[in-house]
Amino acid sequence: MPNVSHFERLPMRAGESVTVFVEGQAIKADSYDTAAAVVLMAGLVPSRTTPTSGSPRASYCLMGVCFECLLDIDGVANQQGCMVKVRDGMQIRRQVGARDIHEPPQEAAT
Amino acid sequence: MMETVPPGARIADVCLIGGGLVGMAIALGLQRNGFHVAVLDEGDVALRASRGNFGLVWVQGKGDTLPEYADITRLSARLWPTFAASLQNSTGVDVQLQQRGGLYLCLTEQELDARTRMLGKMREAAGGDYPYETLDLKQVREKIPEVGDTVAGATWCPEDGHVNPLLLLRAMTECFKAQGGIIDNTGRVETIDPRPEGFRIRARAGGDWDCARVVLCAGLGNRELAPQVGLSAPLSPNRGQVLVGERVRPFLDYPTGHVRQTGEGTVQIGDSKEDVGFDSGTTTEVMAKIAHRAIRLFPLLRDVKLVRAWGALRVMTPDGYPIYQASTTYPGAYLVTCHSGVTLAAFHEGPLADWIASDRHDPSLEVFHAERFTL
Repeated sequence: MPNVSHFERLPMRAGESVTVFVEGQAIKADSYDTAAAVVLMAGLVPSRTTPTSGSPRASYCLMGVCFECLLDIDGVANQQGCMVKVRDGMQIRRQVGARDIHEPPQEAAT
Repeated sequence: MMETVPPGARIADVCLIGGGLVGMAIALGLQRNGFHVAVLDEGDVALRASRGNFGLVWVQGKGDTLPEYADITRLSARLWPTFAASLQNSTGVDVQLQQRGGLYLCLTEQELDARTRMLGKMREAAGGDYPYETLDLKQVREKIPEVGDTVAGATWCPEDGHVNPLLLLRAMTECFKAQGGIIDNTGRVETIDPRPEGFRIRARAGGDWDCARVVLCAGLGNRELAPQVGLSAPLSPNRGQVLVGERVRPFLDYPTGHVRQTGEGTVQIGDSKEDVGFDSGTTTEVMAKIAHRAIRLFPLLRDVKLVRAWGALRVMTPDGYPIYQASTTYPGAYLVTCHSGVTLAAFHEGPLADWIASDRHDPSLEVFHAERFTL
């Protein structure tokens, strides 16, 4: 996975330092970060493909409206990445096409 | 002597009031008959049942107390494939018509028995020609393995289907405009003046229209318009709430009365019936009920996220059947109103539009006159 992110972290309130996994790659993040922000930081673009045409997409509005940031988070598909705060050990993967509801979601770590 | 046309007045052979699914289907059928048609539409403030509905092309159980309604419903279902193909040919829009049968799932034996009895009577009324089957849970699972354990069974009709109603409205509108039709949505039509040679129509905004014929397809708006041309439209709103779930991979090969999956994978869930006047809102209580039933029918929907919900108003006559009627007081004025604008779209574009175009009395439509409510 290429790390081509041009995002720079600006000074902000600091939370705890956590490690999340973006497509298996360990990424240092802040506990105030959202999953979508960490995915952008990791350079995972595109971060999803659409259900109908399979076209590649990445986070857009980052405020819960556009649904472009859909991710598979801890085994639960179609999560709005911009609405989910990261947690230490979180497993984030691309959302590829539509969610398959035949597969029961894995128990999310609490 | 020629009449003075006020500034801005325009002329059409037929003015059709209401640009929803009913109006656009009739408009296309009238164009096919060679008429210059203008559709006068209220615009996006309209109640627009066409945008709120569930998208079923549904046969089973329709017309259980009126065989003629069962007949036009089945006729429309038969005409649908050609209609959808012609829309795709002229616009490139695939309206996602699928007619490989549908199921009405029942949660109790009583409900299943009642439906079976109703469909049995309909088969009798149709002289034996009315296809349906009653399926037990095991047979239902042969078609839909995912149904829940608390499902008692289903009634199955091979003539049922569904379509994407939003794409349908778009395809009809594009087709109509491409064929030279005019859509004027500058304002709600307020008055229809019968004149010696037709009608003058006045909207709240925009110019007048002069036309030889006028067809009322304004849904609940027909209540005010019909009396102006000697017709009666005793309609009342009936609210349905619809839930829309996230797009998921295909799991449902057939539409059911309460849950269907669109071509894009969206899960659409209905159906509620409420008498709440002109309030098209949603309520948590009803949404919860709808969701609860859907989860009993399909337990795998339990974790599916709800992304949208809306209320929309059905256009209901006292007996639920359409009104198709020509004005005898003001020849050239017609009323077309129904609550199954999707299912009947192909019938409206075909035989019904031909009836309006021919301007001849059709005794087979008398059963749909509004006088039945005052007898």
